[in-house]
Amino acid sequence: MKLNRRQFFKICAAGMGGSSVTMMGFSPTPALAEVRAFKLARATETRNMCPYCSVSCGVLIYSTGDKSKNAKADIIHIEGDPDNPVNRGSLCPKGAGLLDMVKSPNRLKFPEVREPGSTEWKRISWDEAINRIAKHMKTDRDANFMTQNKDGVTVNRWPTTGLLASSAASNEAGYLTVKTFRSLGITALDTQARI
Amino acid sequence: MALQSLDIARRSATTTPSPSVRQTTEVAKLIDVSTCIGCKACQAACMEWNDIRDPVGWNLGMYDNPVNLTENSWTVMRFSEFEENGKLEWLIRKDGCMHCADPGCLKACPAPGAIIQYANGIVDFHEENCIGCGYCITGCPFNVPRISKKDGKAYKCTLCSDRVAVGQAPACVKACPTGAIQYGSKEQMKDYAATRVKDLNERGYKNAGLYDPQGVGGTHVMYVLHHADRPQLYSGLPAEPSVSPLVGLWKGIAKPLATATMALVGIASLFHYITKGPNEVSKETEKEVEKEDAA
Repeated sequence: MKLNRRQFFKICAAGMGGSSVTMMGFSPTPALAEVRAFKLARATETRNMCPYCSVSCGVLIYSTGDKSKNAKADIIHIEGDPDNPVNRGSLCPKGAGLLDMVKSPNRLKFPEVREPGSTEWKRISWDEAINRIAKHMKTDRDANFMTQNKDGVTVNRWPTTGLLASSAASNEAGYLTVKTFRSLGITALDTQARI
Repeated sequence: MALQSLDIARRSATTTPSPSVRQTTEVAKLIDVSTCIGCKACQAACMEWNDIRDPVGWNLGMYDNPVNLTENSWTVMRFSEFEENGKLEWLIRKDGCMHCADPGCLKACPAPGAIIQYANGIVDFHEENCIGCGYCITGCPFNVPRISKKDGKAYKCTLCSDRVAVGQAPACVKACPTGAIQYGSKEQMKDYAATRVKDLNERGYKNAGLYDPQGVGGTHVMYVLHHADRPQLYSGLPAEPSVSPLVGLWKGIAKPLATATMALVGIASLFHYITKGPNEVSKETEKEVEKEDAA
């Protein structure tokens, strides 16, 4: 396109005029602004308990998807459970940051064992881990179980092993824990909730 | 019908008036400094909800962590030690956006739709429309907005507008384990603050009071202070905050004046054209020019 001097000036003036008029508010933009979409709208809500201290605050864990077969759930948010009488929705800074513990690269996700004398941690399966613990417990119990004390009173006691139970257990779980381990003869029973 | 979840009261650099018939309840967050223990659960909850994470920083010998507001930390606890009459007080203030009724950031913002004031009182930044000029920082009497080095856009507390829009309380409020942060309608919060002030008065804090500065038209984040007569004690909380007169001068006088001058120039040119007509070029000049063009 060939422009002469006069046409060039006309185009410039029209452009300037147009943009000035727009700036003066003759071409107003609509007053619209949406907030960020509520990110938990159809997330799956799961009740759980904070694993940190013995207060055992209730938490709500939000994960993606609706648990359908092909959708892999992923935890996207954790916040306090308002229906839990312990914390009624509030959390401490550690609890409020739980999502970062779930996603932490340092999180232990599977059982590991360091054999006596070894400096290496070795990954083992859950079956191996449970069998290993059971074998250690049995060996210790067989070696140290007392049926009678020195006065000849029947005690059926296993004094060399103790159990520290979780604080994040319901009454029912606590009852079963005591029943199970008392039946083995363990007397040193305690729970984190007392610490 | 509104085209968005929350009704809009004001929009930066926009002349279109917003629909204003619907009456929305004004919301407010009340921070009771006297019951805050400085645990920073609010900071953690804010980061979790808003998907922001500050990188691990440096310990500068104080509890403030991070030391200042950043584009990733929209709220920080500011700790100050104050000694008077042989009594040491540890004044801990949760700093962040105050959601002013008369927001200096919004007034100063030249980008249409980058800063929104919702009818319920929330002042929200829409980074999509932000041009990163930083005028909001100049306009803010509380020095709250921060420009990100990553994307050059301004960020600050949204009062969890996304939660409020669906009837939830902001994340910091929900997390607070001592109940030092409360949320509700502005009226409710003022009533609750009155009970707290009375309690503090009875405990010997004669000057306890509510911080709801009228210089910015009141705020939608308010404080209960034990020393309401000296808000500066709380890590420099301004006693009488107001929008910088420069913002008023620029937006109130300079901008309309410039616009009017531009309009006048346009009208004057039009009249000049009508009365005097276009410049006439003589036939000789035209021929000369044509010759030059041809050459």
